[in-house]
Amino acid sequence: MQKRFFLRTVAAAVVLVGASGAMAQDTFKIGLILPMTGPFASTGKQIEAAARLYMAQNGDTVAGKKVELIVKDDTSAPDVTKRIAQELVVNDKVSVLAGFGLTPLALATAPIATQSKTPLVVMAAATSSITEASPFIIRTSFTLPQAAVAIADWAPQNGIKKVVTLVADYGPGIDAEKYFKERLTFNGGQVIDTLRVPMRNPDFAPFLQKVRDLKPDAVYVFVPSGAGAALMKQFAERGMDKAGIKLIGTGDITDDDILNSMGDVANGVVTSHHYSTSHNSAVNKKFVAAFEKANNGLRPNFMAVGGYDGMRVIYEAAKATKGAGGQALLDAMKGQVFESPRGPMFIDAQTRDVVHNIYIRKVEKVNGQLYNQEFSTLKDVKDPGKTK
Amino acid sequence: MLTIFFDGIAYGMLLFILAVGLSVTMGLMNFINLAHGAFAMVGGYLTVVLMQQFGVPFLWCLPIAFAGAGLLGAVLERTLYRPMYKKPHLDQVLFSIGLAFMSVAATDYFMGSQQQIMQLPDWLRGRTELFDGESYALGMGHYRLFIIAVCAALTVGLQYILAKTRFGSRLRASVDDARVAAGLGINVNLVFAATFAVGSGLAGLGGALGAEVLGLDPTFPLKFMVYFLIVVAVGGTSSITGPLLAALLLGVADVAGKYYVPKLGAFIVYSLMLVILLWRPQGLFVRKGGQ
Amino acid sequence: MDAMQHSLLRNARFKAWEPLLWLAAFAAPALLPGHALIVNEIAIVALFALSLDLVLGYAGVVSLGHAAFFGFGAYAAALFAKLVMPDPLTGLLVGIVAATLLGALCSLTILRGSDLTRLMVTLGMALILLELANKLDWLTGGSDGLQGVIMGPLLGRFEFDLTGQTAAWYSLTVLALWFVLARRWVHSPFGATLKAVRDNPLRAMAIGIAVHRRLAVIYTLAAGVAGAAGALLAQTSGFASLDLFALDRSADVMMMLVIGGVGWLYGGVFGAVVFKLLHDVISSITPQYWTFWIGLFLVVLVLVGRDRLLKPWQWFGAGKATPGASQ
Repeated sequence: MQKRFFLRTVAAAVVLVGASGAMAQDTFKIGLILPMTGPFASTGKQIEAAARLYMAQNGDTVAGKKVELIVKDDTSAPDVTKRIAQELVVNDKVSVLAGFGLTPLALATAPIATQSKTPLVVMAAATSSITEASPFIIRTSFTLPQAAVAIADWAPQNGIKKVVTLVADYGPGIDAEKYFKERLTFNGGQVIDTLRVPMRNPDFAPFLQKVRDLKPDAVYVFVPSGAGAALMKQFAERGMDKAGIKLIGTGDITDDDILNSMGDVANGVVTSHHYSTSHNSAVNKKFVAAFEKANNGLRPNFMAVGGYDGMRVIYEAAKATKGAGGQALLDAMKGQVFESPRGPMFIDAQTRDVVHNIYIRKVEKVNGQLYNQEFSTLKDVKDPGKTK
Repeated sequence: MLTIFFDGIAYGMLLFILAVGLSVTMGLMNFINLAHGAFAMVGGYLTVVLMQQFGVPFLWCLPIAFAGAGLLGAVLERTLYRPMYKKPHLDQVLFSIGLAFMSVAATDYFMGSQQQIMQLPDWLRGRTELFDGESYALGMGHYRLFIIAVCAALTVGLQYILAKTRFGSRLRASVDDARVAAGLGINVNLVFAATFAVGSGLAGLGGALGAEVLGLDPTFPLKFMVYFLIVVAVGGTSSITGPLLAALLLGVADVAGKYYVPKLGAFIVYSLMLVILLWRPQGLFVRKGGQ
Repeated sequence: MDAMQHSLLRNARFKAWEPLLWLAAFAAPALLPGHALIVNEIAIVALFALSLDLVLGYAGVVSLGHAAFFGFGAYAAALFAKLVMPDPLTGLLVGIVAATLLGALCSLTILRGSDLTRLMVTLGMALILLELANKLDWLTGGSDGLQGVIMGPLLGRFEFDLTGQTAAWYSLTVLALWFVLARRWVHSPFGATLKAVRDNPLRAMAIGIAVHRRLAVIYTLAAGVAGAAGALLAQTSGFASLDLFALDRSADVMMMLVIGGVGWLYGGVFGAVVFKLLHDVISSITPQYWTFWIGLFLVVLVLVGRDRLLKPWQWFGAGKATPGASQ
């Protein structure tokens, strides 16, 4: 009968869960919470791969302790993220929480970091306000305002005065729109209209049509990385480039992960971002080669570099505190200066946010593959969202 | 504006092709198959793989997607779905959700989580604009024209099969009353199997056609399930013209809504569906005496 | 009392194993302190599933949008705690009342139509609420979620701590209270008329039961229960976000309920326990592909039949079918 079945299963399941939880004492544990399933699964994959690459390259012991990476999927649901983080802190006694693919996930977990005094390294989420949610949050990814103001500076210098913004209707998108608009207007340009695309949108046609009808010099786009391809194809399909409308945006739309398969429609698109796989530095070339080798030719993108640098910050901080956690670990993370595959960067000691170069890049074909070729650099960009 | 109308029709036709299989199987077999989107995904991925790795031309991929998804549908129907017909609706829902989950995870494993991008042949990439004085009155992307053409041909074909062939009349009989139809000597099992296969095949074709416009990644079945269900609920399950008109209505409403009132863009489809269902709970187009 | 009344009343009495079950549940946060958090989560979801059982199992209304009330209760409680006062119990009450009101409104929509219609109408309502919450981001925080929900101590004494024990006991108590209440409802004459409506609405109407009124009432009550679950979630996690309204929530809870069995109140509880634990265990083993195994579990569960799952020797048709077995 149903009841007996369930009593037995429940008992079995409880035993299973209770049995898991033995832990060693002399380990430095890192809790990596990522969206491994769902629409942002590619983010989770990239970051996990980068984290494991860092561990493979730098060994799995730090300050005499063995490093243990615990990877968890949070299915992009904030209450699950919070619960997993809480469990990692209370049960597994992790010294640091890392990952966080989306803004709400990081924001939900912030109180845990504060309450338990566990440093939280944000490797992917990009809304400005995250680092202000807890004094224990460090970011190694980027913030959208950094990228947005960079392109808002570049555009008027290159003949683009009238722009329509087209962003996805969620936190980072609204950030991208707001800071772009402010900076462009400050630079003498004009934002004719601000369009917001619902997140669950299958078809960009009506929005692009509206842009076309407004006849701007360019359309500034922000959509989460997967949707960029669809948008670009519809952009071309609608004859926008022939109508003289340029496509600009932050680097999320030319995500290295899928850039190469976008084909010729992506050629010539100008974006601003903090990382391009083709960044010309010895550190980056080494990183890309190792990453591609370990992951079947998968190209690392800006998510991967956020994960890689996050691990670097954690490792160096652990070395400085000899494996201790808490406030000491956090202080050792603040103010770190180093060369990342993206270029030089440092963690601002006051805001705990990342300060790095933002590059303006153009998509070009190099050796038969499409890359974001950097042609202009804005050095040491702080997050504009904070210096207000 | 005419262009928006045109875009909406293309989108609606695509939805129709994707959802018609679901509508017919629901009306025929009274089976709620939430894994329908998985067949569409199979068709899409089949096309992408054939084009990217084997260089098969796009036009050939379409019938192959149809056949591939249809074959998968036939096999699954015979093995997994058939024992489920007698089970209560909720079990069917659970079962098909389970299948959908498995297909999503399996696709993720074999093909990766990123968006699949298709390279259309050049002759499908252009755009025709009919001018009316200074600005243009109607801009038609060639690919959307293609979609409309293919879907219109399919609709005419389906309607013909349904109305004029023996199989069609057997199908209609089985939909109205399977028991009596079986009593009359119609091989209802065969009708079910064939219909399911064709429905899945059409979904596969829709997935192949739609990959360009709607995007293609492993979460496709779950993402678009809602839209398919909306088309079926509004259009009713007792005819083909019902879902067709429902899909067109929704397509145009969605596109036009987002163009003219972008602030309310996301609400339009759901509100429209709600209003229609509250007004006519059986769907907009129901044949008298049908289910 | 005659035999018929006896048999009806027998169903209503507490079985021997029930108190043991509840005792074990309440002991869990103390005995397994590391797992208090998941106990809390299970209790909340079980309450949610219980509310769905009221409409689905006892009234036959198929709903894919029950998360509308869940999310509404959560946001109501969270906003109350943030803007008015952080007392958990008052917030819980506010969440329940808000969701009940919404339920009364929505109950007007589910009265007519087939299963599919109700499915889509409820789904549509939930999705509209989601988009509404997104649009009103000055109030709800939009897609970033509503943060800054700091709860005061429960009953003025018990703080919500990191280990989650207070939260777990809070949720379990609320679950238990609603469970007892739900039992009273379904085993009362009202509940009997509901079952009649579920089994054959036409016949029920013919013998004079006001079908529409019954449906509306149970839907409203169930909405309140779902709102309680949502409020609990918002309070114990200190956060409310848009995904509370999403299709995933409604679909998950329906899955759990069907796994556990519809129409006996424990179905939701057991389904929640099994599903959540299974998910947690599988997810730690394979964070990326756990959906495959869960999907496989569901397919096998349905194909084989719930009770035959634990008896492998019955899988290949040898045994006779047990009477009154799977639903």
